[in-house]
Amino acid sequence: MNLILIAVISLGAIGLIAAVILYVASKKFAVYEDPRIAQVSEVLPQANCGGCGYPGCAGFAGACVKAADAGSLEGLLCPGGGAACMEKIAAILGMEAVAAEPKIAVVRCNGSCENRPRIAKYDGALSCAIAHVTSGGETACTFGCLGCGDCVTACRFDAIHMNPETGLPEVDEEKCTACGACAKSCPRNIIEIRPKGKNNRRMVVMCVNKDKGAVANKACKVSCIGCGKCVKVCPFEAITLENNLAYIDPTKCKSCRKCEPECPKGAIHAVNFPPRKPKVEATTVEAPKADA
Amino acid sequence: MANKLIVSLSPHVHSGDSIQKNMYGVIIALLPALLVSFYMFGLGAVVVTLTSVAACVFFEWAITKFILKREVCTICDGSAALTGLLLAFNLPSNLPLWIIIIGALVAIGVGKMTFGGLGCNPFNPALVGRIFLLISFPVQMTSWPVVQQWASYTDAETGATPLALMKMAVNGDTEALSQLPDTLSLFLGNNPGCIGEVSALALLLGLVYMLWKKIISWHIPVSIIATVLIFAGLLHLANPEVYASPLAHLFTGGLMLGAIFMATDYVTSPMTHKGMIIYGVSIGFLTVVIRNFGAYPEGMSFAIFIMNAFTPLINTYCKPKRFGEVKK
Amino acid sequence: MKTFRIGGVHPAENKLSAGKAIETLALPKQAVFPLSQHIGAPATAIVKKGDVVKVGTKIAEAGGFVSAAIFSSVSGKVNKVDAIVDASGYRKPAIFIDVEGDEWEESIDRSTTLVKECNLKPEEIVAKIKDAGVVGMGGACFPTHVKLSPPPGCKAECVIINAVECEPYLTADHQLMLEKADEILVGVSILMKAVNVTKGYIGIENNKPDAIKLMTEKAVQYPNIEIVPLKVQYPQGGEKQLIDAVIRRQVPAPPAIPINVGAVVQNVGTAYAVYEAVQKNKPLFERIVTVTGKSVKNPSNFLTRMGTPMSQLIEAAGGLPEDTGKVIGGGPMMGKALLNIEVPICKGSSGVLLMNDKEAARATENPCIRCAKCVSVCPMGLEPFLLATLSAKNDWERVEKEDVMSCIECGSCQFTCPSHRYLLDYIRLGKGTVGGIIRARNAKK
Repeated sequence: MNLILIAVISLGAIGLIAAVILYVASKKFAVYEDPRIAQVSEVLPQANCGGCGYPGCAGFAGACVKAADAGSLEGLLCPGGGAACMEKIAAILGMEAVAAEPKIAVVRCNGSCENRPRIAKYDGALSCAIAHVTSGGETACTFGCLGCGDCVTACRFDAIHMNPETGLPEVDEEKCTACGACAKSCPRNIIEIRPKGKNNRRMVVMCVNKDKGAVANKACKVSCIGCGKCVKVCPFEAITLENNLAYIDPTKCKSCRKCEPECPKGAIHAVNFPPRKPKVEATTVEAPKADA
Repeated sequence: MANKLIVSLSPHVHSGDSIQKNMYGVIIALLPALLVSFYMFGLGAVVVTLTSVAACVFFEWAITKFILKREVCTICDGSAALTGLLLAFNLPSNLPLWIIIIGALVAIGVGKMTFGGLGCNPFNPALVGRIFLLISFPVQMTSWPVVQQWASYTDAETGATPLALMKMAVNGDTEALSQLPDTLSLFLGNNPGCIGEVSALALLLGLVYMLWKKIISWHIPVSIIATVLIFAGLLHLANPEVYASPLAHLFTGGLMLGAIFMATDYVTSPMTHKGMIIYGVSIGFLTVVIRNFGAYPEGMSFAIFIMNAFTPLINTYCKPKRFGEVKK
Repeated sequence: MKTFRIGGVHPAENKLSAGKAIETLALPKQAVFPLSQHIGAPATAIVKKGDVVKVGTKIAEAGGFVSAAIFSSVSGKVNKVDAIVDASGYRKPAIFIDVEGDEWEESIDRSTTLVKECNLKPEEIVAKIKDAGVVGMGGACFPTHVKLSPPPGCKAECVIINAVECEPYLTADHQLMLEKADEILVGVSILMKAVNVTKGYIGIENNKPDAIKLMTEKAVQYPNIEIVPLKVQYPQGGEKQLIDAVIRRQVPAPPAIPINVGAVVQNVGTAYAVYEAVQKNKPLFERIVTVTGKSVKNPSNFLTRMGTPMSQLIEAAGGLPEDTGKVIGGGPMMGKALLNIEVPICKGSSGVLLMNDKEAARATENPCIRCAKCVSVCPMGLEPFLLATLSAKNDWERVEKEDVMSCIECGSCQFTCPSHRYLLDYIRLGKGTVGGIIRARNAKK
């Protein structure tokens, strides 16, 4: 009995002393932090993706509070949380949310196993960065996707996956937040962060090959050969041709879809558009073959 | 060209060394001690060794397949068999089967696979198993059969080990040290003890083999043995009545087994030569401290266990000497 | 027997083409000269389509101080200046020349008589070497004239000739020593004169006893040149390892270079090229190339004009074996696996190694068992397992702190790893990335 009593009393005393020390320490060494930072942090996705340009979500929350004190939230966007998240932050800070154009990651390579014949076999660490310095890759195209999935590893939102059939990464449009981690991880700059486009529809040149036409043509069935047909047909001067490669400027493109059938290699893709009506197709020159 | 060329970064050749070669190399180095143990403890040694190896391999297979659900089978690399063999070497030859199986489960399951399998474990799995058994079943784990009762297993007669005698001397029994067997019979292994630890000679043969095959470097075993000799020697010089001679320390208990096979485990020992020496010296020191001043008669396994925990720290602070580095 | 003091491995030597006399390879139909076949700025083409060139005509000018001129190895007409897939696996600009006849520039002395006397001043020698486009012939292709111009504050004390040839399979340097010993010794004395030193060493591994014997006999006439037999150990041909082995000095970590410890290291092939450039007015446009491999019919050493496609060399050595799995430009430890066999021979191509399927495939990676074998073989005293792990985790700050820039990419770690881990793949990634970070940091300053 005595033993138990001693134990209880001594432990209780230790606990009491510790509590006092902790209390004093917490008062004495308390660091003031703007409570709004914690509030903002709470509505952030906490993926710490760095897509906003700040070191993690806490850094971004601090930046938001600072910006609010300065007067405007402009230029700040959490790509992970998107517009909804920014609205919540604006509400917390008593500010107007500044609408930002939604963006998405686009993989600009269509060199699937079928389109791009393999000429060699890469045998090394499963990393695009390493495969990139090893050699030109498994195909004759030294610009295209290496297929080791560095972008998949980099994504914190589970929004990009390798398609085992094509050997290419595919972006999950629902999940992608355009944080840019995949684009940064790609040693060949194939992934572009670009505006989602009106109604999520966009025109994209699915190739980044800068080789001369003949070389690019030989390397891949769906490569851009820099023929310039699309440039000529575009009524809005949205397409430029540089280093044998066409590029559609998303800010100028009006999604008229005129360039798509013009491309002899099918390198221009119209994403999320409804299928063309047969009537339209019948008027194009190559229609009879395509219809069969 | 018939086939596609392979591209990869250099080097394009390999020495041909492999995990299997190293693991089976250690197993080969353990064979002399195994044969001695069969000669000393007969049937018991055979039963304990077979059970331990079989149980370890089984648990490795079962855990990889059903719990971790990995497709690659890892039992072929020989590391589970080696753990089983080392565990058996650390057990007395009259240990009941069920205790051995529990030991194997703890060694493989807790000591190795919980951390992610080969290469990830912070502690030597066989040691985890041994220490678990030593603490859980102290009676069974510290009754050692007297040698050369070839046909007996759990029914073997037991006797005091030299280490127990040494402990008695430290605790005040002035007669105990005089009952120690002579150094030569200790060296050959003619005394009670765990299966694998009795014959220093056989273990040294294993060391020579491993050094010859470059499986391990000399740093760990030599630094442990040297430290024990020096430290135990100093104690012996101070008071020969109480403290046994350094040679007796060297050839008794698990010191040789620990220094040569347990402490040199790749995964749990430091990576640099400097670190290996710090690690070895600390093990030697701790062993003598525990043997002479601790509660247990044997300190080797605890010493190694403690230093396993320090290995990451040693790795962080002991860097190899860089080429062209100038001493500051 | 001397050798370097830290780490090292001893791969199977496989010197299949040892003792095979140097054969002169037939002229190619078309020769291709990539503009960047040396370390530093690419050369700039000074010929255009339709120009007629002779053997030894300068076709590309050095693109800077750290750069080298390129000379035609054939006579004929320039077909085009276009891109070609070079040893790196990428398309790089190159000059294509269609071969017609074999007409040499008249300034080149084509006689085989040994010219010993050299009365030029050091600056004139360096200028002549620069004008001949000589670069390091061991594989790294560092422009020789840069090495011979010590930066201010540094003084050369000796010239060390790298005749180690520590790469397995390769025998080009070995054979060159056996056939051109006198010329090499003259070349070495010219190099010594160029940097104004009185001591020269030639380091040869003792798996070439015939070369050691011959060179020692011939070197009697040159009291300042010492032949140093070395124990066989890879990577002894590494500049820093060779200096350590021969004069027992260790070059500190980068950015220090050999000249900081007073050594100028040159390959034995370079010494020969220097002899030809200075004494015979012959620019660098041909070299010895070993074609070898276990399934190659006739492993040989060829005197090859630059720009010859590798396929022609392979054909001359008995054709491409059916089971070829990998074609390597250089040796097996540091060479580059090639995407195709039409890659032209460049200044640094010391060999073509063909591996069959079985040899070529890497074994599957196993988990690291922390055996520390990579640490004990690393000739730079690094911890390869740590560098590889940190690189795989993209922890560049710590990779830099662990001295990744000291790595010489010799491959000893990966060679010895019992778990077959792709250590060097990841370390290269780390070194490349950290190198970029350091350059960016220096540029900011």
